[in-house]
Amino acid sequence: MHEISYRGEIRLTRYLDESGAPLGDMPDWACGEQPWVHYYQQMVLARQFDTKAISLQRTGQLGTYASLLGAEAIDVVCASRMQTEDVLVPYYRNHAMQMIRGTPIARLLQYWGGDERGSSAPEMQHDLPNAVPIATQCLHACGVATALKLRQQHQAVLTVIGDGGTSKGDFMEALNVAGAWQLPVVFVINNNQWAISVPRSKQCIAPTLAQKALGAGIRGEQVDGNDAIALHDVVGQALERARAGKGPTLIEALSYRLSDHTTADDATRYRSADELKAAWARDPVARLRHWLHQQGHWDEAREQAWQAETKQLIEAAVADYLALPAQPVDDLYDHLYAECPPTLAVQREQARAKQARHEQGGSGHE
Amino acid sequence: MNDNAITLLEAVNLALARAMADDPDVVLLGEDIGTNGGVFRATAGLQERFGERRVIDTPLAETMIAGLSVGMATQGMRPVAEIQFMGFIFPAFEHLVAHAARMRARTRGRLSCPMVLRAPFGGGIHAPEHHSESTEALLAHIPGLRVVIPSSPARAYGLLLAAIRCDDPVIFLEPKRIYRASKTLIEDNGQALPLDTCFTLREGSDITLISWGAMISETLDAADRLAAEGVSCEVIDVATLNPIDHATLVASVSKTGRCVIIHEAPRHGGMGAEIAATLGEQARAALLAPPCRVTGHDTLMPYYRNEQLYLPDTDDIVTAVKATMEYVE
Repeated sequence: MHEISYRGEIRLTRYLDESGAPLGDMPDWACGEQPWVHYYQQMVLARQFDTKAISLQRTGQLGTYASLLGAEAIDVVCASRMQTEDVLVPYYRNHAMQMIRGTPIARLLQYWGGDERGSSAPEMQHDLPNAVPIATQCLHACGVATALKLRQQHQAVLTVIGDGGTSKGDFMEALNVAGAWQLPVVFVINNNQWAISVPRSKQCIAPTLAQKALGAGIRGEQVDGNDAIALHDVVGQALERARAGKGPTLIEALSYRLSDHTTADDATRYRSADELKAAWARDPVARLRHWLHQQGHWDEAREQAWQAETKQLIEAAVADYLALPAQPVDDLYDHLYAECPPTLAVQREQARAKQARHEQGGSGHE
Repeated sequence: MNDNAITLLEAVNLALARAMADDPDVVLLGEDIGTNGGVFRATAGLQERFGERRVIDTPLAETMIAGLSVGMATQGMRPVAEIQFMGFIFPAFEHLVAHAARMRARTRGRLSCPMVLRAPFGGGIHAPEHHSESTEALLAHIPGLRVVIPSSPARAYGLLLAAIRCDDPVIFLEPKRIYRASKTLIEDNGQALPLDTCFTLREGSDITLISWGAMISETLDAADRLAAEGVSCEVIDVATLNPIDHATLVASVSKTGRCVIIHEAPRHGGMGAEIAATLGEQARAALLAPPCRVTGHDTLMPYYRNEQLYLPDTDDIVTAVKATMEYVE
């Protein structure tokens, strides 16, 4: 004899179709001008930042850069739904989240421009710096959430991971402990369908990534990651549950990486132009713009004015970035430990001497 | 023996209790550390005393223990995590190397990572496979981590307190072979020991013996035997493998002109090589003989039937000292 011990299901939330038209009756909270206009403006800013960062990289003024193209809705809505005292544990594609949480744009460029001070902005408060190794940030988020819980601070932690990262043990261990300890954490998967060159279909046979939550006994759901209204609903509720002590949530946001993996990648080697073209038809920025137009909250004049304003903002930030003074060589030695050990102080002297040689135009040889 | 004297293991427990009583941000986490008090009993009684919120039994996942500690530490808590045996520390490596060690530097001090990862290590207790290795050199190689190893109850107490109060991530490796080897009277006065100095355990004039952890016992025994034969050995417990106190080592060898470095870990790429190279660079003029190493071999740590063949013993040290004393250019 058999009986069913467990049965699970995964819900997908979406409000707008690809063209930005409502899929059904829209809830009352969705019908005003805000926060949607604000979201849209931030998404435009994110996209302009992205375009600018890539052009800086192409002209040798920025290092390798990981584009967020296609993830604007996920980044903007997640960051906007967080409270100041919530903690963000980002991965390397969350530029707009960091921007919205207060990191100056010049600092973001500084990070990608090879200068550690890009992770040291006081505006970042208790937020963690970018996690570059895959999936490790999920466990750090659980650690931050444990600290909040032990200190009885009723705030939430939000972390983001790509679809490829969900194949890693850290992700599963994080879901597991978040469930076991009912931690105030929200895991957001930016399922952009590609982990560099490996498609979602080759990562995992499960029909959804959200269902990985079921194995950890936590809430898991999907949301259309290109639908800002759906994200607002799903992410907002998950954060509220976390703050209220009602446990963690795994949100799989379905989206598409419209860019190369990074500026060092060329996606034309492994994916078809047709697939990319089809993905652009689901572009989150255009979708929200259509909805706003349709609702009468936005028009061409406002669009042009905002594009111009954003351009100015970005240009000013780029000017700030390019004008940043060089980092003192001592920084590398002075911040490794709380106090610089004597053995390292000797190496700091050597580094100072080397820097002096470089500044004098020497070859670096004695 | 005084009834109030305690073992190294009990000193670990005493320091943990003291640190927790002093600072509400100190939280212990690990596998079986709560109700069970740890497989070696290092955390015995602490959950009872401080509660389940501060002595936390984790799920069985070492990566998670390390990653969670990093996250907690970034928020100013002081997690003291236990990895049950050093042989199981490898899943934690990514978090130690890629995150804990780098958090302060990459945020230029905006965040730090004041965590301690404790792990019993070393051979000699007839433990199963993967329970007896000494891989301290792997950790000591990582800039940003501190690696600390006590060799007596007093140093276990003082160094563990220092490690917990330190604003850097500290790997605290406990030589389990001497967990219960001797007892010392320790006053629970909350006094930490410095993390930036070697400990000179015995002064001597002919040769410097440099070691750490459980091998300090054999090293001191060898020094006793050699003293009877007229060889005066200075014995130094390195204790803090990274950052390391070169100055004390260099000063001692500059005085004696000779040294033997003793460790249980494999020779190749071990800490002995690092110390020998430094002495070659910084005490060259005084050296009367090449620095000599007495170490484990570059094999797997054998299963327990042969572990005594692997571990350096007092005879090995005495032989190496005599050869070094007799060395002629």
